[in-house]
Amino acid sequence: MFKGGFIQNLPKIYGLYTGGFLVFIILMAIAEQAGASAKSIGIMFVAFTVAIYALIGYLSRTVQVDAYYLAGRQVPTVFNGMATAADWMSGASFVALAGGVYFGGYSYMAFLVGWTGGYVLVSTLLAPYLRKFGCYTVPDFIGTRYGGNGVRFCAVLVLVLASFTYVTAQINATGTIAARALGIPFEAGVWVGLVSILLCSMLGGMRAVTWTQVAQYIVLIVAYLIPVFWISNKIGAGVFPHLMLGDEVARITELESQFGLTKNSAADVKAAGVPGGLKSIAVAHAGVGAGGMAVWKYISLAICMMVGTASLPHILMRYFTTPSVKSARKSVAWSLFFIFLLYSSAPMLATLSKISLMDPNLPTGIIGKSISEVQSIEWVKQWSSQKQVFIADFNGDGVLQLNEWFMRTGVVVLATPEVAGLPYVISGLVAAGGMAAAMSTADGLILAIANALSHDVYFNMIDPKADVRKRLIVARVLLVVIGAAGAYIASMRITSILGAVAWAFDFAMSGLFFPLVLGVWWKRATKEGAIAGMLTGLAAGTAYLIYVYPKFMGNPAWLGIDHLRFGLIGAPVCLVVMVVVSLMTKAPDAATQRMVDEVRIPSGKAILGRQH
Amino acid sequence: MSNKEKHWQKTKGHMFVTLALWAFFSMVVFLFGYELNSASFLGYPLAYYMTAQGSLLAFVIIIFWFANRQEKIDEEFGFGEKEDD
Repeated sequence: MFKGGFIQNLPKIYGLYTGGFLVFIILMAIAEQAGASAKSIGIMFVAFTVAIYALIGYLSRTVQVDAYYLAGRQVPTVFNGMATAADWMSGASFVALAGGVYFGGYSYMAFLVGWTGGYVLVSTLLAPYLRKFGCYTVPDFIGTRYGGNGVRFCAVLVLVLASFTYVTAQINATGTIAARALGIPFEAGVWVGLVSILLCSMLGGMRAVTWTQVAQYIVLIVAYLIPVFWISNKIGAGVFPHLMLGDEVARITELESQFGLTKNSAADVKAAGVPGGLKSIAVAHAGVGAGGMAVWKYISLAICMMVGTASLPHILMRYFTTPSVKSARKSVAWSLFFIFLLYSSAPMLATLSKISLMDPNLPTGIIGKSISEVQSIEWVKQWSSQKQVFIADFNGDGVLQLNEWFMRTGVVVLATPEVAGLPYVISGLVAAGGMAAAMSTADGLILAIANALSHDVYFNMIDPKADVRKRLIVARVLLVVIGAAGAYIASMRITSILGAVAWAFDFAMSGLFFPLVLGVWWKRATKEGAIAGMLTGLAAGTAYLIYVYPKFMGNPAWLGIDHLRFGLIGAPVCLVVMVVVSLMTKAPDAATQRMVDEVRIPSGKAILGRQH
Repeated sequence: MSNKEKHWQKTKGHMFVTLALWAFFSMVVFLFGYELNSASFLGYPLAYYMTAQGSLLAFVIIIFWFANRQEKIDEEFGFGEKEDD
């Protein structure tokens, strides 16, 4: 059945895997009919999928440096696209995105544009050139292009700061999902999540992460799309929701004016005892705010997310693994295609979820019904007991108004299947999908940090004579240490999922975007310029974050640039300082200039060899 | 001008055109979000449609187009890679 090597057989292997997963879903559906409990189905879904990832991780073990750091540079275009999509779409994308759209409306959807538009920058400005360079890590490029350990170390610093901010949120998400599905406390769930993550990456590095990410992508996209299509068909909204929800969007707008969009005052919410983090609908579903500030808020958020995307090392390093420069370019396109499948479905899920709850003509509608009736609905009881939904009868009339219904954002994805009356097997599937999304991103991030520390700091700065065995041992020890540090911080629950995620983009954008881009596009950029740019950009961005974030100094935002957008301060500072210092210092030597020329053409050998 | 320089000139031009398209779909469209929303597409208000789906789809198409054209530019100047994936 399998002729030729692993790579030649990839379509067959993952085809079989997808088929097997679908059979597993059907088996679980049969088990549910036969009377298996919701809890055991949840456990089966998470345990089965995690066991498969661990098996892939084990089978991909390696003792080669180029396999550990670059997956042997033989990941085909489309599969690298899937792996990048899984790497990219985090637990937050999976669990919180549709909820964000549900509560935030148009202005929140700047995230959708930002998190996809950034790939245009990746493909035009960076990915093909970094692939030609042949670096193992992002600081490896910075260190070799500009020359010297100082500049390499600065890049490691930005990388660690950005990726670590991001990874705690992911471990947090794996913990939440593991805790729910397995019925264990959150603090224990975090460590279960971490062990699952490390099982995938420890033995095989980039190679193992690549092949588990492909498997995780398949699980997460199946888990996201099945409920969207099912609900849409069930409530008669349309066979193909993406093209057919126009009427539902219009209907929601109509219902909004009928029920009235009321923003509850903080005092009322507090007095009613609404648990923290729960929100009511107060923003129009499809309406656009008027005025210059609304436009600026939207565009500035989109810019931060786009430029941040193009600077995040765990994404850029995925394009180091393709066989050629042109396949790196194509692979960016496939990545975005696979991301598009999920991101374009999030607003549709938000629409379906909202209309299911709001429309009195649908059997699932709850707004406008009597509160005692709503409180006796099975799913409302269950999610209320976990403090995920809440009812506050502000006007005391015993009827549920739109502003009296509170939900946590994650509930939109996690509970909508139940709300729409889908069988529990779908909820189990969604839990497995969320777990896949959070694990794949956490794996990519932990690997990016550990690789930078093992390759750039340990091998390039501390012990350049270390042999392969020793390098790989160090790399694995660092993987465990970083994962454990992330899990420890996640278990302390410091930030909400999305706040921290946006910060990672701003950190990366402040410190890395211009040093990376100018490294390829401007031959005159010098080492001194790059160091000064990275440090001042990062310092300016961080200082502004501290200045403006409510929990730190909490000063009023300047021109609407709040803590989600502090990269707009850091990146311009980085650019100006880098250009000025570069022009004041001596131009890079002829060898460096030749190297940049060489990077700009796809043919010929990579600058850094397979083994370095 | 050497072959390499000509190739880089053309590559730069292609980059700027691609980024202009990118800027249009990521920023220019949303400068007029309020005005566009009174128009409709597939039954959705237009600005809502663009941010939920339209611009995202445009980015996918732009990147595929960019990659194909850049490959042709590389081949035109003899810098294409031989091996196929």
